[in-house]
Amino acid sequence: MAVDTHARQLAGLDALELAGEQRAGVASRAWARLWPMLTAVALVLVAWELVVLSGRWPEYVFAGPITTFQDLGHRLGDPEFYQAVATTMRRAVTGFALAMLVGLIVGAAVSRVKVLRAAFGALITGLQTMPSIAWFPFAILLFGLTESAITFVVILGAAPSIANGLITGVDYTPPLLLRAGHVLGFRRLQLYRHVILPASLPSFLAGLKQGWAFAWRSLMAGELLVIIAYQSSLGEQLAISRELSDSPGLIGTMIVILVIGIVIDMLFEAADSALRRRWGLNPV
Amino acid sequence: MTTQVVDRTTAVRLEAVSKVYGHGGNGLLALDKVSLSVRPGEFVCLLGASGCGKSTLLSLVAGLDRPTQGEISTAGRQVAMMFQEPALFPWLTVSANVEMAFRADNLAKRERRIRAGEFLEMVHLGGFGKKRPHELSGGMRQRVALARALAQSSSSSSSSSSEGGAVLLMDEPFGALDAMTRDLLHDELERIWREQALSVLFVTHNVREAVRLGDRVVLLSSRPGSVVEEFPVELARPRRTDSAEVAGLAATITDRLKEEVLRHGH
Ligand SMILES: Nc1ncnc2c1ncn2[C@@H]1O[C@H](COP(=O)(O)OP(=O)(O)OP(=O)(O)O)[C@@H](O)[C@H]1O
Ligand SMILES: [Mg+2]
Repeated sequence: MAVDTHARQLAGLDALELAGEQRAGVASRAWARLWPMLTAVALVLVAWELVVLSGRWPEYVFAGPITTFQDLGHRLGDPEFYQAVATTMRRAVTGFALAMLVGLIVGAAVSRVKVLRAAFGALITGLQTMPSIAWFPFAILLFGLTESAITFVVILGAAPSIANGLITGVDYTPPLLLRAGHVLGFRRLQLYRHVILPASLPSFLAGLKQGWAFAWRSLMAGELLVIIAYQSSLGEQLAISRELSDSPGLIGTMIVILVIGIVIDMLFEAADSALRRRWGLNPV
Repeated sequence: MTTQVVDRTTAVRLEAVSKVYGHGGNGLLALDKVSLSVRPGEFVCLLGASGCGKSTLLSLVAGLDRPTQGEISTAGRQVAMMFQEPALFPWLTVSANVEMAFRADNLAKRERRIRAGEFLEMVHLGGFGKKRPHELSGGMRQRVALARALAQSSSSSSSSSSEGGAVLLMDEPFGALDAMTRDLLHDELERIWREQALSVLFVTHNVREAVRLGDRVVLLSSRPGSVVEEFPVELARPRRTDSAEVAGLAATITDRLKEEVLRHGH
């Protein structure tokens, strides 16, 4: 009974502690993260304007921030812009989803089967270091100037990182948890499902994040090289702006590409920190 | 299940078991021809200096590792184990961790949750089912691990597979607890051991704890580990850790343990 009150007191303390942590300034924490970013953006804009002002390049070759953002503002009111973004994002999501599927299957197989690991382990790491743009000539030869060529290269760019993330996670499953799973009666597939896969989640997530970065790069390269008629995309807009010497349009599109990349990276970051919080992996 | 051949005289038997870690010249002999048996329903406590091979012995019995020489048998019984560390799964809640013990049973999810709750009550953590392991203190995590081990050793699959109850291996389970909580858990453990007719192999550094709980206390020597002496504990239950009888026998065993440690102290 003494222990019961003891436990209840502990529970109370625990609840207090958790509530306090959540209350304490969502706003101030957001601001703490935001101001360094805003400062950095301001610095870049100033540097950009200074370079333009230096007169090294004429304004129609290297547009300043003001012209560029005005131009971007106009395009944000144009449905064609959203079509271009939608096309690019559709390709990105499809390619990435397929890469995830391939990465999962290959990663799971290679981490489970010794022979496969001996055979393909080094190859996967090798593929990871291969610049994906080097695949394009081959992809175009195989698929022609089609979307399949782009998807093919996006998958090849992202899947090795995803597979490697999974393999690393499986390799670094804490032995103690494996032993605990074994004692609980899990064998082979069951052990895989209840212990090894969950334990490798953080590493898998890191692989996904890296895979996304590769997918996004491959996609941009692909859209520059493989231009499909009547289908507007971000990469295609870059190419057209260059041909028309439309400097504000070119820089504006680059900014859009950068922002999309940053936003998606932040999503992965958020998923990662949510996972760390749940597992109690946060550094002090 | 098929009819298991259940040995009625021993629940755990080790026969001349040796364990060498590593190979060749720099191999380490952790256990040297250990022979030991636990009768069904018997509570055996293992005592020995740090590093003498107690954890090694338990993992051999649990089938987590193979002996280099000798035979080990648990006569087809279910073996549950509580490790020296809590070994909880960080991605599961406290309740889900305990529910893992019922995986083999054909229970509905709700049923599993309720039964897990009962075992958490037993270790006085009833209100903590929804927490994550990292939100608990070290001692509380050990209690969750205890709940999981107890749940596993009394799960239906273990009592149906053999008439004798399960084998429960415990590696310093109460090392991180305060004296009061420990006393309460001793009572709970004793109760479940009786009810489920468990065969327990219990490792501890605390001589009084060994005398409080054990039917028999087995002393291991160090480097390499082997059985030095066995002390039957013939005190009536329920016993109290602070009673004179327990203290008396504990003193005798402590003296013998000191001798053993000094012999290796150079
Ligand atoms: N996996 C391993 N590889 C090599 N040596 C090991 C391994 N596990 C244990 N040992 C060695 O075997 C000996 C016995 O270790 P063990 O963990 O069984 O000791 P213990 O009696 O449980 O000690 P403690 O009371 O400190 O927990 C030690 O000398 C240790 O260094
Ligand atoms: Mg140990």
